[in-house]
This record gives sequence, structure tokens and C-alpha cells, in this order.
Amino acid sequence: MCSGGSLSILRSDSYVDLSQYRDQHFRGTRYDQERLLRKSCTLYVGNLSFYTTEEQIHELFGKSGDIKKIIMGLDKVKKTACGFCFVEYYARGDAENAMRYINGTRLDDRIIRTDWDAGFKEGRQYGRGRSGGQVRDEYRQDYDAGRGGYGKTVQCQ
Amino acid sequence: MSRRRHSDDSDDSDGQPHKRRRTSEPSEIEERLESLICRVGEKSNSSLESNLEGLAGVLEADLPNYKSKILRILCTVARLLPEKLTVYTTLVGLLNARNYNFGGEFVEAMIRQLKECLKVNMYNEAVHLVRFLSDLVNCHVIAAPSMVAMFENFVSVTQEEDVPQVRCDWYMFAFLSSLPWVGKELYEKKDAEMDRLLSQTESYLKRRQKIHVPMLQVWTADKPHPQEEYLDCLWSQIQKLKKDRWQERHILRPYLAFDSILCEALQHNLPPFTPPPHTEDSVYPMPRVIFRMFDYTDDPEGPVMPGSHSVERFVIEENLHCIIKSHWKERKTWPTSGCALILCLPLLQVIFAELFQLPSPPHIEVMYTTLLIELCKLQPGSLPQVLAQATEMLYMRLDTMNTTCVDRNSFTKNYCILSFDRSDCLTQDLEKPKPKFVREVLEKCMRLSYHQRIIDIVPASFSVLSPANPVCIYKYGDESNRSLPGYTVALCLTIAIKNKASNDEIFSILKDVPNPNQDDDDDEGFTFNPLKIEVFVQTLLHLAAKSFSHSFSALAKFHEVFKTLAESDEGKLHVLRVVYEVWKNHPQMIAVLVDKMIRTQIVDCAAVANWIFSSELAHDFTRFYIWEILHSTIRKMNKHVLKIHKELEETKARLARQHKRRDSDDDDRSSDREDGPLEEQIERLQEKVESAQSEQKNLFLVIFQRFIMLLTEHLVRCETGGIDVFTPWYKSCIERLQQIFLQHHQIIQQYMVTLENLLFTAELDHHILAVFQQFCALQA
Repeated sequence: MCSGGSLSILRSDSYVDLSQYRDQHFRGTRYDQERLLRKSCTLYVGNLSFYTTEEQIHELFGKSGDIKKIIMGLDKVKKTACGFCFVEYYARGDAENAMRYINGTRLDDRIIRTDWDAGFKEGRQYGRGRSGGQVRDEYRQDYDAGRGGYGKTVQCQ
Repeated sequence: MSRRRHSDDSDDSDGQPHKRRRTSEPSEIEERLESLICRVGEKSNSSLESNLEGLAGVLEADLPNYKSKILRILCTVARLLPEKLTVYTTLVGLLNARNYNFGGEFVEAMIRQLKECLKVNMYNEAVHLVRFLSDLVNCHVIAAPSMVAMFENFVSVTQEEDVPQVRCDWYMFAFLSSLPWVGKELYEKKDAEMDRLLSQTESYLKRRQKIHVPMLQVWTADKPHPQEEYLDCLWSQIQKLKKDRWQERHILRPYLAFDSILCEALQHNLPPFTPPPHTEDSVYPMPRVIFRMFDYTDDPEGPVMPGSHSVERFVIEENLHCIIKSHWKERKTWPTSGCALILCLPLLQVIFAELFQLPSPPHIEVMYTTLLIELCKLQPGSLPQVLAQATEMLYMRLDTMNTTCVDRNSFTKNYCILSFDRSDCLTQDLEKPKPKFVREVLEKCMRLSYHQRIIDIVPASFSVLSPANPVCIYKYGDESNRSLPGYTVALCLTIAIKNKASNDEIFSILKDVPNPNQDDDDDEGFTFNPLKIEVFVQTLLHLAAKSFSHSFSALAKFHEVFKTLAESDEGKLHVLRVVYEVWKNHPQMIAVLVDKMIRTQIVDCAAVANWIFSSELAHDFTRFYIWEILHSTIRKMNKHVLKIHKELEETKARLARQHKRRDSDDDDRSSDREDGPLEEQIERLQEKVESAQSEQKNLFLVIFQRFIMLLTEHLVRCETGGIDVFTPWYKSCIERLQQIFLQHHQIIQQYMVTLENLLFTAELDHHILAVFQQFCALQA
């Protein structure tokens, strides 16, 4: 009775739950994707500054556990950092703690966002925007000094 | 090939999902009941009293059909929601008033649960159960004399012979910590018995040993706040409570509003409770030291902070610890949990108490930093200032703070670093705690940003504390170094590696490197050759210096070369030395490289331990990154042992299942032949486990041995020189040793015999032996 009983309000863990986002380039069923996301040790990290280094990311994300690998997101054309990365942990629990406590905090004075990733595959380190960076930097209207200034479409005007 | 989007992912086999919604399934009712019960006491438009009354009515009506579920839920909330204890005791009181039998069954279920918890070493939860039972006295569910009888059995545990002190401690704690809730009632009904219990308590507390206390204290000084052992502190608080005639003002007591109903109820007697006997498997909670950093003088404008020996202090802090325990995982609930509504100073004190707890905080450290950030957002008018004040206070008292805690001060490091005046640390010797701390803070800040930024922020007068530019030092880089032995080979290697040479090509280039240790080379050519290691590792790390990923790729690509060069113990040590020489300006890089090299088995844990204690690193010995590396190394070793152990258990389970299947199949044809591969695997894994455990033991022995050597050297030097032993270096070293014992005490317990007979013998200097004795006293 002792070890078995728990309460659903204490099981609530919303920061670890899957978000609404699903990678549209994922090869496989939605079911497979969600199964992978639920046991993944890999996080996507977004809203990084273009100047944020692997070392900084390692220091921050190392707070929730031992990191297996960091893969910096690159502009497909320039092959330079374009503001996202993947962080893979050895243990799922460490990744969960990153989702709970590092998601939504600051790095390089920017609020970063983490989300589950189904697992790194070659090619996924590149931005998917037309100009080579991330899609979000194609169309945004604001000026963001840490992400190349204005959005690409604005720049081309 | 496009993915077909599924229209309905539900697993409904009968294809009629709507069918479920029409009838209420038992599990839905249970969910609803659980939700109703869990939500009572939360923010609501109605009063707590009317909510409780309403809920009691609903549950009473559901008793005929759902009694066992309700019993289970109530028992679980008693165990897991201690911050709402009095809400639920009131609820049970109301139910008992309406249904005497249910009250009796609930009490029985609670006793069963208590016994279960004690059997499986869930002592923290057991305390909550005991407290719940005692508050049921206030709700007229349990008769006071029977509760006193249970406490008499608890206190009599202190008379048991040959049991660990921590066992008696727990029963004493369970008794004392219930008194804020029920002391008044019990004393009114059974004052003579209670007096007897209290005097037995006093004599136990006087005679119990407290050798372990120095190991657990955050500060080594007793000013401005003494660091009391937890039972001593609680006893002072209870004594004061008794003097105040058991008047306790903080606890919310909803049952008072229902007094007229409850006093009509019939009470139950607790069955006689015999504490389960001590067994070899019993693991009792570790003793604690109460962390104090504030008193009422720290907040002259705010509401008065209860005195450290007032029972209100105990109750408030217990409550906060319980709230954090319930909510740590779900960040969404932090604004509405008790935390956001509570006064700054008690809240901060509890958070820091947990953050600085030795050996480790109850929850992951990064949770606390995020919690503090969130709380600052919720109370922007008050908490940030108080937090800044607290940070300042912690900084002022750094000299006497335990090194492990200083190292853990992670939030304050990043938070208020330059918002107050730290010029006092400039006049001090750089090895003193304050300047050291500022240097470490600046280095940590640099890791999270970049070197130039730190240089830009730090005033020129502080530049001596600024971190070094984290660049690699390549000894063969300059033309002026061409006279160094191995210079030409280094150049050769550089070109080869840039041209994507294979491991074999690297080997053949390295063959030309003479061995300064030998007059004539071995024919095999690969005995320990420090120069070969130096040239290869320097060159490779220099070429791969651009980022962590580059360095990791280099390690992976030339793994074979590394393994061969570092085959011997001396080889491993030398690789580590060269890594340090190249990257001594970039401690973070050293840490990640060492981690990778252990994981890829280029070096082993014992080599890292020996390297850390080597004379080359003596200059950096008290720097935080060294301990980051050592603790990480021990962690990896421990995880490795656990992993293999788990594999072994799983394989054994598979074999057992296979046997079971065969037995149930009753098939004589499939013989033991089938077991062969699994049995072989088990044997192999058994060997692996033993070898891993032996490696683990060796690691700890190396660490302890080196500590003893280092400390003994220092002590002898001080004695002969007539200088005071207690230097900043010594304090740091002793405290690091204590931390190793504390953090891994369960594993180290296994080595007691070896430690006593081989390392921590009576001939050892008493300063060092004292640490070992403190460790032994922890679970004695």
C-alpha cells in the first residue's frame, strides 16, 4: 500500500509533457514520433544568440546532468551558428530536469526555450529557412542584434 | 513518400469512444474522489469549513460503494500532503463523527501503512503519518491515552541495546515533532505520563553522542547563529512550548470550528504499537544540523520572525520543506503553492537550508535557482532586495562557511555578483576565502558568457581576480621553441593530421620519438614514453582547440593511438598531465576532456584521482574545478557499478522467467541446455560486477590514501615550523575530505574494515582521525 500509492496532483509534470510542436520532416508515423519523444534524451534548444558557444551551452545545461553531446545548429549556406542546438544527455532524467528548470531561463541574456527532440539525424543541424538560417528568422519583422538583425525578408527589401 | 496523417490515434478497440462517456467507470469515480479530496483546502470562493463539511457529506454518501478507495486516498494524502495535515485530520474527524466504523477502519489502515513505511525505510513519510495520527486526537478520532501509550513505546526504543543511535533518534524525533500539534491535548489528559516521557527524552538527549555534528555544519563558527544539531534544537523548542503552556499559534486548526460536532464523536483507541525491530536492512535518516542565517533583527520593518527556539519556527520551516517537496517538480504550481505567499525571510532561510544541506540538497540544485528567479518575479517588491541582502550576508560570512557549501553557492554567484562592494577582498591574500570566492565566481560567469565580457565588466582594480583568457598553450607553437625535443615530430604530426592521416600513419611518425627514460628502445616500441605522449597530445589538442566538439572528434578519431600510448598507469597519468599543461587556462575544457577520456577508457578513474593529488596540480588543488572533476569521476564510477549490477539482475530475472515458463509448460524435452547462454551471460556479468566493485573500492582507497598523505605532510610541517595548523588550505582540504565521506557514505560503509585496519588507524594524526570518527558516528 505504501510504495504503490501516489496522487495524480503530485504526478503532474507539465514542463516535461510533450509540446504541440511536431517536426514535420520526421520520417515515420505520428505514433512513432511521440514514442521517441517520450523516451528521448535529446532536447532542441531555441532562441539562442548566434554568438552563443558550445561551451556556454555546456555550462548551462550541465547543471541538470552529464551531457553526452551538443550539436550546434548551423546556417545551411554559411555553416555558421544560426541560433539553435541539440543537447543530448546520457540519462532521460537529466533531460527532464533541463526541461523543468532550464527551459525558460536566460543564456546570453536571452530567454531560451527547450523542447523534446526525437533524436539527431544527419542533416537536422541545418536551418530550414530559405536563406539558410531558421524559418523564424526568414519572416520576422523585429530587429534582433543577436540573430543577425532584421529578418531575411525585411533585409531583402 | 508522404506520411499519411492518422485521423484518430485512439486505441479504442471497439471503435465506439463515445460509449465510455455515457457510463461512469470505477476508475473515473476514483479519479473524481481523489480530485475532490486533494483540492479541498485550496483557494476557493467558499470557506474552508463549508468545503470540508460539503466534502464530508459527499464522502459519507459514497462510503457504501467506495469505502476502500476513500480509505486508500485518505491514507495517501496523510502520507504525501503533510502541508495540509490539519485539513485532512478535520475531514477524517467529520467522517468519524458521521460513521464510527469508518473512523476505526481508517485508524487501522493508517497503522498498517505506518508499519509498512518503517519496514521499507520510508522514515520521512512515517513521521508525517505519526503526526497525522497525533492530530487525530485533536479531532476526537483517537483517544489521548492511547496516543500517549504509542509515544511511550516510541521513547522506550531509546532503552534498546545494541541499536544504532540513529534508530533511537528517529523515534524520538517522531514523538517530539508531533507535540506542536497535540502537546496541549496530551498534557491536559495525561500530564504525569507526559512529564515522564519528557524527562526520559531529556536524559536520552544528554547522553547521545554528537561526534557527527562538525561534519554537517555549514559554518564552522557559532556566531551570529549557532548551528544546532536538529534534535537539540527541537528539544529547546518543545521545552519553550511547554513553558508557554503548550500554546501554539501558527498551525491552522480547522477542527476548532467543528468542536461541537467532533466532541460528540466516539473515539477509537490506537492498538498497541510495537516499533518494528532493528534489522540489518534498516537504514535510518541521517542526522541533520539546523541551518540558521536570519533572525528577527534582519528584518526590522517586516513582520517579526519567530525566535529560533520558538515552536512556530519549527512549524513554519517544516511546512515550507513539505511544500517544496510536494511542488518541486511542477513549476506551474509554484505561484499558487504556499511558497509565493510566505514571508521572505523564513522562505529564504528554508531554501538556503536546503541548498546548503550537507552532503547534498534534497532536490537538484538547479531547481532552487529557478525557484528563486520565479519567486522574485512573483514578489518583485520585496524578495529581490531581501535576496540581495542575503547574498551580501553570505559573502560576509564566507570565511567560516564550509568549502563544499561555498562551492555550491551557485545562485548567488550568478545573481548579485557585482552589485555590492567587494573591495575588502583585494587587500587580502588571494588564498583567503573571499578573494578566492570572487575569482571562482568570475570564472563561472565567464563560462556562461565569454572572457572579454568579464574584462569589460570588472573594474580595473579587481583585475587580479579576473579569470585567465581560456586559450590553449601549445609548447611547440613558436619557432623559438624549435630546440625542444620532439619539435620536429610535432610539426610532422601537425601536417599529417591536417592531411587526414590514419592512426597507423600517426604511429609511424611517433616511432621516431626517442624515449628520454630509456637508453635503448624496446623492440615493441610502445612502453611508456612520456615524450611521445607529450608531442602527440599537445599537437592534437592544439589542432582541435577550436571547440569542445572539435576536441571530442579528435579524441574519437585517434582513440587507438591514445589507448596505446596510455596503456600503462604512468602513461595515463602523463596524458592527464599534458592535457593540463595545454589547457590550464581553460578549466572547463580540462573537465570535459577528462570526462571524455574516462568514458572512452583512455584513462581510468584511479589515474584521474592520482593526477588530482599529484604535485603538478598542487597549485590548483583548492580550485573548484578540481573538485568538479573529482566528484564527476566518482559519480561515473558509481553509475558504472550500478549499471552493470542492474544488467546482472535483469539477466537473472530473465533466467528465472525462463525457468518459470519451463516449469509451467511441464515440458521435459527443453532441458537445461536452454539455460546455457543465459547462465554464461550471468557468469560473465557476475565477474564484471566484481571487477567494477573492486575498481570502485580501489578508487576510494586511492583518494583516502592521498588525502591522508597530503594532510599529514601539512600537519608535520606546521608542527615542526610551530605555525598554526588551521590555514585556509587546511580548512578547505579537511572539508573536501569530509564531503567525500558524506556524499558517498552508503558505498564507503562497505569498506569500513579496510579503512579501519589499513588507512585510518590509531597512529594517524588525531586531526585526520577525527574526520573518520565523525563519519563512523553518522549511522552509529
